Amino acid sequence: MITRRLTRAVWALVLTVLYLFLLAPILIVLVESFDTSTYLRFPPEGFSLDAYRQVFANDAFREGFKVSGITAAVTALLAMVTGVPAALALSRLRFRGRSAIEAVFLSPLLVPHIVLGLALLLIMAPIPLTDTYWGLILAHLGVTVPYVVRTVSAALVSADPRAEEAARTLGANGLRTFWRITLPTIRPGLLSGGVIAFLLSFDETVISLFVSGQHTVPLPVAVLQYVEYRSDPSVASLSVLLVLLSVVVVVLVERGLGLRRTLRS
Amino acid sequence: MTAAPEATPPAPPTPPATAPTVTTKASRRRGPARQALVLLVPGLLALLLTYALPLVWVVRMSLNESGEGGLIHQTVSLATFGEVLGSSHYWNVLRQTVELGVLVTFFTLVVSYPVALFLARTTSRWRSLLMALAIAPLLISSVARTFGWMAILGRQGVINKTLDALGLIDSPLQLANNLTGVVIASTEIYMPFAILAMISGFGRLDPALEQAAASLGAPRRTVLRRIVLPLTLPGVLTAGLLVFVLSLSGYVTPRLIGGGRVFVLATEIYDEAITSLDWPVAAVLSMLLLAVFGVVIAVYLWAQRALEARFTGGREARS
Repeated sequence: MITRRLTRAVWALVLTVLYLFLLAPILIVLVESFDTSTYLRFPPEGFSLDAYRQVFANDAFREGFKVSGITAAVTALLAMVTGVPAALALSRLRFRGRSAIEAVFLSPLLVPHIVLGLALLLIMAPIPLTDTYWGLILAHLGVTVPYVVRTVSAALVSADPRAEEAARTLGANGLRTFWRITLPTIRPGLLSGGVIAFLLSFDETVISLFVSGQHTVPLPVAVLQYVEYRSDPSVASLSVLLVLLSVVVVVLVERGLGLRRTLRS
Repeated sequence: MTAAPEATPPAPPTPPATAPTVTTKASRRRGPARQALVLLVPGLLALLLTYALPLVWVVRMSLNESGEGGLIHQTVSLATFGEVLGSSHYWNVLRQTVELGVLVTFFTLVVSYPVALFLARTTSRWRSLLMALAIAPLLISSVARTFGWMAILGRQGVINKTLDALGLIDSPLQLANNLTGVVIASTEIYMPFAILAMISGFGRLDPALEQAAASLGAPRRTVLRRIVLPLTLPGVLTAGLLVFVLSLSGYVTPRLIGGGRVFVLATEIYDEAITSLDWPVAAVLSMLLLAVFGVVIAVYLWAQRALEARFTGGREARS
């Protein structure tokens, strides 16, 4: 009995330590974001919101936020527009080479971003597409399409194809069936695919490093360049703000669009 | 159970769109293929432009030679491969990349396994909260988390300040700007991936088996060793592959925590491409990275098959 209790206590201690390790950098970032000191140091000197003010006063961050926001929105939209038809074909139609094409659609997930970034630089630099919005958007498209294809396919597999067949039998054409029957059924999958694509694009660092330049610098690249030469708490504050933002996005999508409700039904 | 993923055969070309478009009986029978083609074109085009074509470009570039001042000689030769493979510097980079990958994978598996095992088995009402906490770091940019580690590991960081205040050290420990720091930070950064991969791979873990073993008198340690460990090994293997592959190509953490003193393939590719403008060398280094990837995946498939053989060993192979 005593050894049993001891095992449980040791087990709980081990888990607590591991969780602390896992959350340590986030906790530190949170603490540092309220520090008064102008460089990174421990323990914090005092409480202030100066670092948060600095974030909003920083042109590179503001501009980066805009660039990343626009890029991520267009990327997510394009990934949905190109990914949904592909998912439809892959999960509703039987044709030769289907599984091979399915593998093709998931394969970008296997390529290291550092290699893909270089590849995109080599092909975009002569055109020149580097350092432009379209360059960034195209660069992010390849790595986000697989997620949309995957989430939409999953939604399609779990949906009942008989509703679509019924609509077709009753005389609706393909487009109308898609719009009125298929789209509402796969909406949760499509939305989560879109949100994942948006967040991935917003957060993409390595590929963006290669294809961005002086003019069109997305936020993660701006932060990376900032952190390399300076270490003040404003980066910590920015990180906290971004965490809050992604939590808000996820919650809004879930609440406002009934993601969870639809998933449960 | 889960079979090794079949090697996908080379993609048979989709039926060309040259078939007559009039709705004859023959073309209606081909309906699904034609419809599929129409639906697949936008996605395939997107992948072709943003992923397939660029990768072909890198392969092509690796066969070029670099001249003076960023000039590129268009040619087809293995000279750049020879140059890279003949340089001890790049061999060191390759060695350090693999070393980092092995260390990070090992430590990540060690620290993730207890958490994953706990989350997979617990019936606590805190389960979903603890699960969310384990995955939450994925939502946070790795630049921000690396920044957090700089604040912890640096000379003025949390660890050194605390140890100093306790009087345990006289001079700050060198925890950043070297391999140690990169290993510590990377381990934490890949931990949520490993936990997720493990939990989804723990499907075979059935509490009934553990109860059966325990009720038959097996001590807890034996249950862990003989039941839990073998059943969770496939999940651990998958997590290991994922972490290894991620850490091989990781760039942000080696660059920021390494402080320019840790040279791995990823940082080297970036430097050659952006700073030295030596694209052929950067392309060759990318090929090296992909080759290491190939080896790692081959080892994974081999290990997976070996595990399966051990599980089903002795039993008749049922169709």
